[in-house]
Amino acid sequence: MRRDIFQAIADPTRRAIITLIALQAMTPNAIADNFHTTRQSVSKHLRILTECELVKQEYKGREIYYSLEIEKMKEIDKWIEQFRKIWETRFNQLDKVLSTIKKQKK
Amino acid sequence: MTNSLLFDFTVDKATKTVFITREFDAELSLVWDAFTKAELIDQWIAPKPMISKTKYQDFKVGGKRFYAMVSPEGQERWAIQEYTSITPKTNFKMYNAFADKDENPELPGSEWDHTFSEQNGPDGYRGTKVNITIYNESLERLERILDGFTQGMKMSLSNLENLLATLSKK
Repeated sequence: MRRDIFQAIADPTRRAIITLIALQAMTPNAIADNFHTTRQSVSKHLRILTECELVKQEYKGREIYYSLEIEKMKEIDKWIEQFRKIWETRFNQLDKVLSTIKKQKK
Repeated sequence: MTNSLLFDFTVDKATKTVFITREFDAELSLVWDAFTKAELIDQWIAPKPMISKTKYQDFKVGGKRFYAMVSPEGQERWAIQEYTSITPKTNFKMYNAFADKDENPELPGSEWDHTFSEQNGPDGYRGTKVNITIYNESLERLERILDGFTQGMKMSLSNLENLLATLSKK
């Protein structure tokens, strides 16, 4: 199954997890304490986030800490910027079409 | 002369909705036509070097526009729009989905809502503001749209490089 950053942010629990670990690296138990769901369900979300490379794992002693891959988050903004540019191009083309029609009418 | 027309583009990732606002230096009825008549849509909707080709359009509620975005290499990406609501010169809504060349849609698609309003421009001239919201059931779908466009652009850039290389050899 294909994993991408958009799938990662499509779920409200995963967005909440991203917000939490953006502040500090946390263990799965500490993350689960913030949600009214099972530890299992949080693990599943963490696995998806890891597969999407939005979070990284670090071992400290016997504990695993999850933290956010800031660079990966920036990819989303870059992607949106490209999309915005497409619309900018479109509308500039539309401006030309409109001005041509206006001239023809005169 | 710098003509700065309002352009606003935001993406709400949580609600999977894109909000676009743009002003145009033209009267409302003309802008309405540019968004609703296929022969005009085809002139601007495809970012160059892509071109838009409408096979047919029936602008009425329940009617459709079946069209393709064509890359410089002639690769066609078909899509179908079904008009779900039309209030002339004010608002229209449609459902947009990718399709194969035989008009079979690939769901899910996206819901588009366009609202047109008259604006008081400088010197009392009337311009037009268009608000567009696009709701996507899947953001991945948006990504595919973008992929299609960037592929088209990349291909034409490599064409240009080839052309330049050929010319410089002469």
